[in-house]
Amino acid sequence: MQRHRPCGSAEHVHSRRAFFGQTALGSAGLISGLGSVLTGQPAIADQVQSKSRKVLNIFLHGGVSQLETWDPKPNTDTGGPFRPIATSVPGLQICELLPHTAKQMHRLSIVRSLDTKNGDHARGVTEMTTGRGRMPGGDFPHLGAVTARSLMPESFALPGHVLIRSSPGGRNVESEFHSAAYLGPRFASMALYDGNPPKFDDRPGEITDEGDEARNAIRQRASERFTRRRRTAETEAYNFSYTQARELLANRHVFEVSRESASDQERYGTSQFGRHCLLARRLLEHGVPYVQVNHADYDTHHENFDFHIEQLGEFDQPFATLVADLADRGLLADTLICVMSEFGRTPKINKSYGRDHWGTAWSVVLGGATIQPGAVIGSTNANGTAVTDRAVDHGHIFHTILQAVGVDSLGEFEIAGRRFPVADPSRGPISELLT
Amino acid sequence: MTASASVDPQQTKLLKEFKFDRPLTACHWDPQSRFIFCGAEDFLVHRLDPAGDKRIALAAHESWVRAFGSSIDGQTLYSGGYDGRLIFWPAAADQPQPLHVIEAHRGWIRAIAVSPDGKSVATCGNDLLVKVWDAASGSLVREFPGHASHVYNLIYSSDSSWLFSCDLKGVVNAWSLVADTPRSLVTVAQLHGYDTTFRADIGGARSIAVRSDNGQIALGGITKVSNAFAGVGEIVVALVNPVDGKLERILQSKDKTTGTLWGLAWHPNGFWMGVCGGGGGGWLYFWKGDADDEFFRLKLKNDGRGMSLSADGKHIAVAHADNHLRTYQLR
Repeated sequence: MQRHRPCGSAEHVHSRRAFFGQTALGSAGLISGLGSVLTGQPAIADQVQSKSRKVLNIFLHGGVSQLETWDPKPNTDTGGPFRPIATSVPGLQICELLPHTAKQMHRLSIVRSLDTKNGDHARGVTEMTTGRGRMPGGDFPHLGAVTARSLMPESFALPGHVLIRSSPGGRNVESEFHSAAYLGPRFASMALYDGNPPKFDDRPGEITDEGDEARNAIRQRASERFTRRRRTAETEAYNFSYTQARELLANRHVFEVSRESASDQERYGTSQFGRHCLLARRLLEHGVPYVQVNHADYDTHHENFDFHIEQLGEFDQPFATLVADLADRGLLADTLICVMSEFGRTPKINKSYGRDHWGTAWSVVLGGATIQPGAVIGSTNANGTAVTDRAVDHGHIFHTILQAVGVDSLGEFEIAGRRFPVADPSRGPISELLT
Repeated sequence: MTASASVDPQQTKLLKEFKFDRPLTACHWDPQSRFIFCGAEDFLVHRLDPAGDKRIALAAHESWVRAFGSSIDGQTLYSGGYDGRLIFWPAAADQPQPLHVIEAHRGWIRAIAVSPDGKSVATCGNDLLVKVWDAASGSLVREFPGHASHVYNLIYSSDSSWLFSCDLKGVVNAWSLVADTPRSLVTVAQLHGYDTTFRADIGGARSIAVRSDNGQIALGGITKVSNAFAGVGEIVVALVNPVDGKLERILQSKDKTTGTLWGLAWHPNGFWMGVCGGGGGGWLYFWKGDADDEFFRLKLKNDGRGMSLSADGKHIAVAHADNHLRTYQLR
């Protein structure tokens, strides 16, 4: 077995990608490339109120328009052609492009007052998913990594941080994989492409079950002997990787959305996003603490309205079905739902019927777990050009998500003797949104 | 359209400018040249006389107005909006109130066509349907399902016996109004693209016109799109034979102007004209129809979003993105 030191390099990341997405795991999951390890103790684990809590993050890449979704401004100079519709919350209206979601708004809340002061895609993705501003030379762990680190049981057989997205090829300013930074690669994302399960390769047929067990036992003995003499974080990481590889093989059915009933597949629709939402439900039901589903693309500088019909037409029904299913199956009380983008879109409509990048006054949706349902936090002015009440940013959203699933976002991780704040210490949760 | 005295497009001159509160979305000449009607990024129909002395706002839509038509005698105006409503108005009334408000389509109405015999009005929209309405009563006469994507535009044949419609994906269907023989006419590949980067469709006939002397159909839009979400593509006109669906010619711009052709008309003097907007700015284009490239183009002050040719063929109205309606004189 070749050993790799943790380095955070592209090569290292590639190794992890190969492990989870592409490489044959072999009969016993003997792989290389899982270098680093969680070296600190789970300092905040005891503070987590429920280990079964989870986060579902729907990321609408490119920057969805707040005016065509959560904060309509009909018949204003910025409002566009769409009309608001009533929702299941009396007095609350959202855009007519979301008729199915409108029926689920009693389970969700809207934060209409984001002012992130940013119009750059990459920066927006980083800030919204780490809850911090970008710092040269320093990476912060992704929300998924923080969630997995905080909520994933020690003996959990599945990855704690799963990203469901389209296959590479389309524009995606986000890295294909979410960094866990100092939390260690155990908590980095595992990517599932196009709703497909990871590529599992069965062990060669000539290796029997008994043979497989025997060679794994040899590996374990060697590892234990090595550990007795020189126990390091790296050895623990490698042992974890072997164990997880075997468990992944044993649990491959969890990733097979085709096992869902025909009626459920029909309810979620035939679009790729629908399939992704059904897979997300499946993963959440199996206890995966963090699932992110990406939907692209909303970067509509040209013909914003036509493209929002197209993209939100894909988004609306599967998303609403997923919210309803989580509620019906008793999962919503433990599952935080977030719908975010890297920023919103300009209130001003450009000459090409487009909207441009806009981080000054836009919206995020939260729901489930201990999020107060049916609430609206903050507001914008009459034509949506400025926040008029309760301005918040990515830092506040990050804190709120974590607090809603019982993580003390004001606490610290202890990693190899060093302490790292769980979230930006200069921010805090939107407390009035938490029950 | 009646034949007009000979005009030379190269002598086209800006005649008047009319400022509005919001960017315009469409414009339409009254057949008797008494009025110009405009849609804007508000929920109103704006009526003004060509001199601009008197303006009236007609309110009954609940979204932007993007499509217009007129009865043959000009007494009735038909407006279609993104609210899906088709509204009949007494065009010349002092304070027009709706004659009929029809919830015509689920989703946007994208285009209106009036039959040359004046008996019917056709609409199309985002519910994938083409519908035909009685031009007097507003009652539904026919409904044509069959498109698989949003229907962007439509036009009648010169003898009022066929309707031609084009959708987002460039599929052109022909609907018989005298028999039950709809047919798929042609798919104009140049009018559609799927942007694999942004994972979205772009295209469709953003403008349409019919050639009065031989029935040829012109479909205008955007082609060769390299970035759908930035509108990076070239203006294009596809000329289609209405009988056999043959794509007879693709009209383009010599300098590969970036943008979308939002308005089209056939001038009785024997040339096509179109207006565009987009990255390349606003232009009025003139094509002979027997050559791919334009024989003349006129730079406009701002992006064009719609165009209408007056009945006498001497005036052009252009709806602009900079809150202006501009009229041009063909001399």
